[in-house]
Amino acid sequence: MIIRQVYLLSLMALATAALFFMALHIGPADINITQAFSDSLNSTHTLPAMILSEIRLPRALLAIVVGATLGLAGAAMQGLLRNPLAGPGLVGVSNCAALGSVIALYFGWGAVVWFAVPAAGMVGAAISVVLIFMIGGYKSNVMTLLLAGVAVNAVASSLISLALNFAPNPYAMSEMVYWLLGSLANRSLADVQLATPFMVLGWLLILSSGRFLNALSLGEETAQSLGFHLAKQRTIIVIGVALSVGAAVSVSGNIGFVGLLVPHILRPLVGYEPGRLLAASAFGGALMVLIADIAVQTISPDQELKLGVVTALVGGPFFLYLIIKTRNTLI
Amino acid sequence: MKLQGKNLSLRLNSSAILNDVDITVDAGDFVGLIGPNGAGKTSLLRILANLQQADSGTIELNGHHLKSIHRKTLAQTLGYLEQGAPAHWPLLVRRLVELGRLPYLSPWGQLTGSDKAIVDNAMNQAEVQHLSERIISTLSGGERLRVLIARMFATEPNIVLADEPIAALDPYHQLHTMELFREHCDRGGSAVVVMHDLNMAARFCDRLVLLNQGVVACEGNVESVLTEGNLAGVYGIHAQLDHQTTKGLTVIPTARIPH
Repeated sequence: MIIRQVYLLSLMALATAALFFMALHIGPADINITQAFSDSLNSTHTLPAMILSEIRLPRALLAIVVGATLGLAGAAMQGLLRNPLAGPGLVGVSNCAALGSVIALYFGWGAVVWFAVPAAGMVGAAISVVLIFMIGGYKSNVMTLLLAGVAVNAVASSLISLALNFAPNPYAMSEMVYWLLGSLANRSLADVQLATPFMVLGWLLILSSGRFLNALSLGEETAQSLGFHLAKQRTIIVIGVALSVGAAVSVSGNIGFVGLLVPHILRPLVGYEPGRLLAASAFGGALMVLIADIAVQTISPDQELKLGVVTALVGGPFFLYLIIKTRNTLI
Repeated sequence: MKLQGKNLSLRLNSSAILNDVDITVDAGDFVGLIGPNGAGKTSLLRILANLQQADSGTIELNGHHLKSIHRKTLAQTLGYLEQGAPAHWPLLVRRLVELGRLPYLSPWGQLTGSDKAIVDNAMNQAEVQHLSERIISTLSGGERLRVLIARMFATEPNIVLADEPIAALDPYHQLHTMELFREHCDRGGSAVVVMHDLNMAARFCDRLVLLNQGVVACEGNVESVLTEGNLAGVYGIHAQLDHQTTKGLTVIPTARIPH
C-alpha cells in the first residue's frame, strides 16, 4: 500500500515537472528557454529573460500552487463532509475571497498598493471562516457547518453582483468580470511570493489531518472514540482550506470544478482512503490547472479564453457524467 | 478494568434525558442496556464512552476520573461501536480494520509488524479474515458489522461499548455477533451493549440495566430484571415469561397495556 502510494505520487510529481517545463515554452513570443534561463541567472536583462521571469514563470508557478491548493482543499472538504459532491466553493470560502478582491477592485485600491487585491481576497476568506463558525457554532455538526457555508456563499455572491451592478465605470466592471472568470495571465512573481506562503501554510494544516479524515470515514463518533478531538480537527481543516483557497482565489480568481473533480477522479487510485487522497489530489490539481492553462493559451492565443471558463466548461459536464455513473453505487 | 458512572444527569433543551444514573461495569461483565425508545440508553452509552459530557456526575475508570485520562490512552481502553455501523467510503476491509490501530500510532509512524499481527488476530476473532480483500460496501449487513467489530477489536479495548449492534441483523448473524461480545467478556474484557431484543439480552448478558425515562428502573441478573412487573411497568406490555433450565429465559410479548 505504501509502495503503491509512493509510486503514484512520484509519477504525478514527474508529470507535474514535465508539464511545468512545457508550460514555460508556451506563449506568443518564440524564445529559447535555456537561453532565457541562463540570461536571468546571469542577471542579463535580455528580452527572453524578461519574458521568462515576468510572464511565463509566474504563470506556470501559479498554475501549480493554485491547482495544488484547489485539489487539496477539495479532497479535504470531501473527506470532512464525507460527501463526494463537496468542494471549497461549497462553504463559501471561494466566493468570500472573490468578494474581498472585488471590493478592492471596486474602490480602486489595487492602484494604490499593488497587493491590495490579493490581500483583500485573503481577508475575505478569513472573514468567511469566522462567519461560518459564528453561524454554525464551534461544536456544531457537519451539516450545520455546511448550511452556514451555503448561507455565507449566497450573501457573498449577492454582494459581488451588487458591486458589479454599481461598478463606477465600464472599465472597472470588465476588470472585475475578467477577474471573476479566473485567470493566471498577467500575474507577477510578487503575486506568487505574496500568496504562496499562505497556501503552503494551509497545505500543511490540511496534510496533517490525513489520519483524522481516515478515521472520519467510520463516522464522527467512532473517530472521536479513536482519540481524535472532533472540534479541534475540524477547525484545523477549515482554517487550512480558508488560508490556502483564500490566497489562491485572491491571485487567480474563481477557477471552478478543480476541487470537485480532481479528488473524484483520483479516489479509486488510492483505494478510496481520504488520507492518501490528499497528497495525490494536490498533484492532480496542479496537473489539471497546468493542462487547462496550456490549453487556454494554445487554443485561442489572440483573444484568450479565461481559465475558469475552460475548467467549468470541461468540469461541469464531466461531473454530471460522474454523478449519473455513480449515483446507484455506494460512494 | 472497572468503569463506574455515578449520579449521571443530562438535560437537553430543559428536558431531562438522564437523571441521577449509577452504573458499574466490572471486569468480565457483559451488561445489556435495555429500555423503551427514548429511555436514555444511547445518551448513557455516549457519556460512558466520553463522547458526550454529562451535566453532572462522574465517571471513573479503575478509580481515575475519565477526564483526567489522556485522550489516546482512553481510545486504547474504550472501544465504541457506533449505531448503524457507518463506513462512508468503499474501503478495503483490511485497511478499514487497520484504522483500529490509530490510537497507537505515533504522528508520522507506520503500522509495525506487531500492529499487523494484532489486526490479523482481531479479524480472526470477528471471523472476517476471508473478507480481507473485499470492499466494505459490497458486504452484507452481518459481514459489514463483523468487520466493524474487528476494527474495534483491533484497538484492543478492554471495555467495549456498542449501540444497538444487532438491530438490523437476521437471527444467525445476531447470534454470531452476540457470541463475539460474549467471547470478549470471557477473555476478561467487558461489554456494555444497548439492545432491544430482550431474548438475546437474556441469553448472553450477565447483567441487565433497565432504563426508563432517564432513570435506572431496575438492574441485576436477567431473572431479576425481566419480570412481568418490570415489563408491564416500563415497557407497558403483558408478556409471557418462559424459564427454561438450559437456554435461559425467553420473553414473549403478548399484548399492550392500554394507557
